[in-house]
Amino acid sequence: MSQTMPAPPVTDKPVGKIAAGEKRKRSRIGDSSPWYYVGIAVIVVYCLAPFYWMVVSALRRPSDQFSNSLLPIPASLDNLKAAFSPGNGFARGLLNSLIVAGTTTIITLVIGITAAYALARLDFRGKGATLAAIIATSMFPGIAVVVPILQLWTNIGWINTYQAMIIPSLSFALPTAIWLLTAFFKQMPFELEEAAQIDGCTPAQAFRRIILPLAAPGVFTTAILVFIAAWNEFIIAVSVVNKSEYKTANVIVSQFTGQYQFQQPYGTQMAAGVVVTIPLVIAVLLFQRRIVEGLTAGGVK
Amino acid sequence: MTTTTSVDVPTTPETKPGRPPGRRAGVASFAALLLSPSLLILLLVIGYPIVSALRLSFIKTVDGVDPDTGLVTHSSVFSLANYIDIFRGDTAAAFRNAFWNTTTFTIVTVIIETTIGVCMALVMNKAFRGRGLVRASILVPWAIPTAMSALLWRWIFSADGVANDLLRANILWTTEGFQAWLAVVIADTWKTAPFIGLLVLAGLQIIPAEVYEAAKVDGSSAWRTFWRITLPLVKPALVVAVLFRMLDVLRMFDLPFVLIGPQKKSTQTLSLLAYNDMSNLHFGPAAAYATVLFAYVAVVAYAFVRLLGADIVGRGVGGGR
Repeated sequence: MSQTMPAPPVTDKPVGKIAAGEKRKRSRIGDSSPWYYVGIAVIVVYCLAPFYWMVVSALRRPSDQFSNSLLPIPASLDNLKAAFSPGNGFARGLLNSLIVAGTTTIITLVIGITAAYALARLDFRGKGATLAAIIATSMFPGIAVVVPILQLWTNIGWINTYQAMIIPSLSFALPTAIWLLTAFFKQMPFELEEAAQIDGCTPAQAFRRIILPLAAPGVFTTAILVFIAAWNEFIIAVSVVNKSEYKTANVIVSQFTGQYQFQQPYGTQMAAGVVVTIPLVIAVLLFQRRIVEGLTAGGVK
Repeated sequence: MTTTTSVDVPTTPETKPGRPPGRRAGVASFAALLLSPSLLILLLVIGYPIVSALRLSFIKTVDGVDPDTGLVTHSSVFSLANYIDIFRGDTAAAFRNAFWNTTTFTIVTVIIETTIGVCMALVMNKAFRGRGLVRASILVPWAIPTAMSALLWRWIFSADGVANDLLRANILWTTEGFQAWLAVVIADTWKTAPFIGLLVLAGLQIIPAEVYEAAKVDGSSAWRTFWRITLPLVKPALVVAVLFRMLDVLRMFDLPFVLIGPQKKSTQTLSLLAYNDMSNLHFGPAAAYATVLFAYVAVVAYAFVRLLGADIVGRGVGGGR
């Protein structure tokens, strides 16, 4: 591509000399450029500032709610206590979220793992079409699932049940899981099964004894990503449940009512929002390498 | 699979020579066995809703009063009325508005997010200390549930909130008007630009350093290198990231629902419009809107795969919810 360029040396820096002495890096401007650190700082602030504001607002005293100071001084846990006050049903909401997201993740993995294995490592006709169809289903708009499902649940009396949330959640969780697992299975060397077959294993045995143990990291990454997706789900949960005992945390927090009817209880909501988000942020901190690997699976190597 | 991208693992099993036919049949039935649970479930949770929504969209429920008994009656007739209503009368205006909002949200947010995401990826693409910190912080907006980030932005954009404080303004962000639309765009950009950055970064990291060194030797400027080398080489990753974002914004629901409210004209999307009808138990019109949205999403996805060669199958990028 570069041979088509007439290449007038119009760079503002002496070319080639900067990194020449040391190990070559893939930079185009010197790594020590202060602008580069400014760029990094801008990215970190961009990503974290709103979340920081959520944490700060959660830690303020309710009487300081509208203070816009950068630190919550004096700090207080009153908002947190208010979030967990029995009238809100927030603790129950967290439990519901855990039940729905956890069950969805487990069902998805158990069912999806065999499908992904077949798509990644077996040779059969219509494989590409099957994978394309599964991926296409993950682009399906949630509302188009929810409208008929709501009518069905109403008819069979499943409104306000866990299965009413879990089953439609499979519509986005299963395609995502199959897709991620397929990408992970594809990365493993194909000599594995060949060796297993030479040793007399059937494909089923090769899958159970050889592939599955080795694929554990990929399965784990998929589990994290599916769980996060299911934990964050909103449109299904807000549609098929109207009793607060069955509402998930996301729904119940967004519907918190304040002491006064027309005043939204922002402090309480921020505290609850931090509680809902913290498990995910911890997961992100612990497994960031894996999560990035999962999000970009197939694109990296 | 490997025609549009060079990063695919080349060892696909199709290339393996000389499988005995008996063994192949065994493999095929084993594959069918492995695939059937997933396909069955997908048929149930996707196939059934598609068919059912399509059927619902052609059913018009007529509420009437029985002249003999004086009781309210519901009768269902099979008709095109739900689709005709999309283009006629009061509902036509609501539909046009929702369609317009959905489209403008998609175009504007995707352009802004892609620009910011590519800039982020370019900065992150250099080896540096503290890479883990940047990676973790870039994942935070992605990990926050959309409903919670919508609440957070509702708080930031409240009348006494920090946004007005910083701007020294008194904008009522969450009331009807352009500012509500803008608030949704800002909140969406915050949450998803880092995600695009992440996907583009993965694309950047597979560009060999020699390419840049060659450009340097040729005396190419940084700007020129970006347009002539980086962008074409990162295009496969970028196209997939953009496609995902577009499909995600087209079906946007949580963010305007929580941030602005369910019945606000300025931010009503097709998903919200369908939801409103559904929650009033008008399943027919709701299904018609959902079907139109589904068709819209399908057309955009098809156009992307055909015209821009988005190679989603080969890459397997998992992303949006």
